[in-house]
Amino acid sequence: MRLPELEAVLADVNRIILGKERPIRLSVACLLARGHLLIEDLPGVGKTTLAHVLARVLGLDFQRIQFTSDMLPADILGVSIFDRGSGAFHFHPGPIFTQVVLADEINRATPKAQSALLEAMEERQVTAEGETRALPQPFFVIATQNPTHQIGTFPLPESQLDRFLLKIELGYPDAAAERELLAGADRHEMVANLNPRIAPQQLIDLQNKARAVHASAALIDYVQALAAHTRTTPRWQAGLSPRACLALLAVARAWALLEGRDHVLPEDVQAVLPGVISHRLRPADDVAHTDSHAVAAALIEAVPLP
Amino acid sequence: MGRANRPVSGRQAWWLLATALAASAPLAQQVPLWLSLAAACAFAWRAALTWRQWHLPPRWLLVLLVMAGTVGVFLQYRTIMGRTPGISLLVVFLALKLLELRAARDAVATALLCYFLVLGQFLFTQTIATALLAGITVLITTASLLAASDDRPQPQQQLRRATLMLAQAMPFMLLLFVLFPRVQGPLWGLPQDRFSAVSGLSDTMAPGTIARLSQSDAIAFRVRFQGAIPAQSQLYWRGPVMPAFDGRSWRVAQTQGAYPTVPYAGSGTPVDYEVTLEPHGKFWLFALEMPATLPADSALTVDYQPIARQAVRNRLRYTQSAWPEAIAGEKESPAVLRAALALPEAGNPRTRAIGAAWRAQHGDDGAAILAAAEKLFNQQLLIYTLNPPLLGADMVDEFLFDTKRGFCEHFAAAFVFSLRSAGVPARVVAGYQGGEVNPVDGYLEVRQYDAHAWAEAWIAGRGWVRIDPTAISAPSRINSNLAAAIPAGEGLPFLARAAWLKDLRYRLDAVTNGWNQWVLGYNPQRQRDLLASLGMSAPDWRSMTAVLSVLCGAVMLGLTAWILRNRLRVDPALAAWRRFTRRLAKRGIAWQSWEGPQAFAERAAAQAPLHAVGIREIAALYARLRYGPAPQGSDLEQLKRRIAAFKP
Repeated sequence: MRLPELEAVLADVNRIILGKERPIRLSVACLLARGHLLIEDLPGVGKTTLAHVLARVLGLDFQRIQFTSDMLPADILGVSIFDRGSGAFHFHPGPIFTQVVLADEINRATPKAQSALLEAMEERQVTAEGETRALPQPFFVIATQNPTHQIGTFPLPESQLDRFLLKIELGYPDAAAERELLAGADRHEMVANLNPRIAPQQLIDLQNKARAVHASAALIDYVQALAAHTRTTPRWQAGLSPRACLALLAVARAWALLEGRDHVLPEDVQAVLPGVISHRLRPADDVAHTDSHAVAAALIEAVPLP
Repeated sequence: MGRANRPVSGRQAWWLLATALAASAPLAQQVPLWLSLAAACAFAWRAALTWRQWHLPPRWLLVLLVMAGTVGVFLQYRTIMGRTPGISLLVVFLALKLLELRAARDAVATALLCYFLVLGQFLFTQTIATALLAGITVLITTASLLAASDDRPQPQQQLRRATLMLAQAMPFMLLLFVLFPRVQGPLWGLPQDRFSAVSGLSDTMAPGTIARLSQSDAIAFRVRFQGAIPAQSQLYWRGPVMPAFDGRSWRVAQTQGAYPTVPYAGSGTPVDYEVTLEPHGKFWLFALEMPATLPADSALTVDYQPIARQAVRNRLRYTQSAWPEAIAGEKESPAVLRAALALPEAGNPRTRAIGAAWRAQHGDDGAAILAAAEKLFNQQLLIYTLNPPLLGADMVDEFLFDTKRGFCEHFAAAFVFSLRSAGVPARVVAGYQGGEVNPVDGYLEVRQYDAHAWAEAWIAGRGWVRIDPTAISAPSRINSNLAAAIPAGEGLPFLARAAWLKDLRYRLDAVTNGWNQWVLGYNPQRQRDLLASLGMSAPDWRSMTAVLSVLCGAVMLGLTAWILRNRLRVDPALAAWRRFTRRLAKRGIAWQSWEGPQAFAERAAAQAPLHAVGIREIAALYARLRYGPAPQGSDLEQLKRRIAAFKP
């Protein structure tokens, strides 16, 4: 039985971003699994809208940080400014102090600014000027990056990429969806008129529920078999790390919850596999921009269910 | 950084220290004392290094210490070759290797050195206790080797893993032991510095030599008879024959030449037996009188004493038979008879006078002179004792007429002397008399305190005749045993006096004997016999190797099956699901092995719309059973029922 509140959320997002059911479902799964999302795509395909819509529908605060090459960590985390009136330093929280952050074009910023964001993502707190401040709950980062072959980019190192639970691509809409988009109402207006479908506390409950989805021994065997295959075949430069396996299982659990099940099936693992491995596995022959879905499909078909 | 270069953790160092201690401690009684102390210091240093996390000593210091140790061993033994010097050097290396545990490969090298030292123990002793100790040390060393690759598990876990590994290796060890083509003689039979002090008969006999042996309860040899064991009074185990007398002691003849086979004809029923002789460092073998056949690689001296081609330095097993009533030496060569008549120039005038009187009375009638001599011994009321008084120059006279107290060597010497002075060829035969049957395994155990000496006289027409002068005065020595003949209160080995604990001793002896016979004494002959009893007649090394390979393969398969049993145990739901997918595959809807149940169900339902409901239900049931929480038995029954009823 699918959960009605989640179905309502998905329906609202799908009403605004047309023809992108699967990426949207993956984004919500990522959110339910308490992970952060990386979207790699061209400008103008609806990344910002997706982030904005998700925040609205889930009733969360939303901030957008546009990354540029001259950006400093303080521009993200906040800065202490001397207040003449009180005669003391006063901390002005940066844009990261919100529940949903859209970090736009993250690979245009210098590594210094990137790591400020990524550390905050990992620890869910910010340490500035000797003081540690917790970030709000839930905390969800949607980062976008331009395809790495574009000029003026600082590609995220693999260790940083690993901080993102999922990486998805939106891609161009198909003809029917695009026609509907062109013929339909103004998207900004639609977003502004959206009402929250669930309360933040409800979202936290759902996250806990996703974590409790049962993964049987047979399924864990399957995850291990997938990882073992990536580690033993020469097709990849390095195999999946244990952290990657944890990520795979976490997203698969959230996906199973979205499917209305209390246990994970191999289908769930297979459904989320492209998003989990595309930024973690690098093919050995390094044919850049191999379709992540084709890579994942090859991996799936190479590993029998235990 | 490779695995071999990983630094050695503290826990690994403790493991190796314990292993080195276990491997070298049993050798402490073999290596020089200074080396034991030095090794103990090195171990203590190692412990301090680990405990305090000090830095390892510099390499130049270790090089110096190695050189010092090597020179020390050389100064001790004047060589670094051979058993004890070699083992001593290994102990030096082991102790110093512990001080340079830098990387994982040092740990592995240390463990391998410990294995080698375990083997070294067998160069010194091969008892059951040694084997048990070695087994424990091998266990610790294996655990240590495991720890060298992964030091996280607790010690008891490492030991459990090592035990499991050794248990898995055990069938291979047994197979290799039983079936691997054997070489003659034990591998650990090393030369020279063994047998410096083993007790046993020597090639001379003077007053007191055999009495000294009576203080030892060490086993001389064990005998297994094919048929019934002859009477105690017939158990004369012929050893060195001593015709030469210099007035004080008797010696074996220096004559050259030997008979390759028994030179006399047999009579009566032969007694077949098998002797397992403990090493005594001499050439002679012991045979029940009179030997009828000779063991392999042996010959018979002109005195009818079986001797081996090589000194008995290892435990030796041989089969033989005896003719108790054989007439040996009917046509004896003059040289041997001359030797059996030789007397010193002077000494013992009283005995010589009596001998001359017999000669005058009976002439050449040897049998009559023999009877006269027996009569004399009977009349003299001689006393058989372990503590005879000291004798002077004319020892035969003094024994026969003055002190009248002696042990078997006194009796035999006096008897032979008196016969010779009457012109009858006679000689002393040393050996063992009697023995005790171990009721546990049925072996006759002959111990050092069964050592004995008797006389042999040559009578025309009858050849060499055995006379035991001890039996004239102390018949119980021959009919029962030493303890019965020796007056109470004289010192004898505890065991010879019988009594309590004897049963326990018998059992221990039987176990030791089994170990000697079947483990240490498992030689090519034993192997052939065993294989023949298993139906492999006349196996050569090729067929043995083939059988060995096949059996090892079988054991390997068995162990693999045992290990895989748990992994291969198929979930019953999965087995049912495979039945279901096979049935669909016949309809042309093949399940891909990577396909999840629901995905497959959707695909199959699309291809076989008529059965869509059934397929979806079965897939849902299976998915719940295999991947769902707390699967229920009733679901499994239902799945099986559905699949049985499913007819695509």
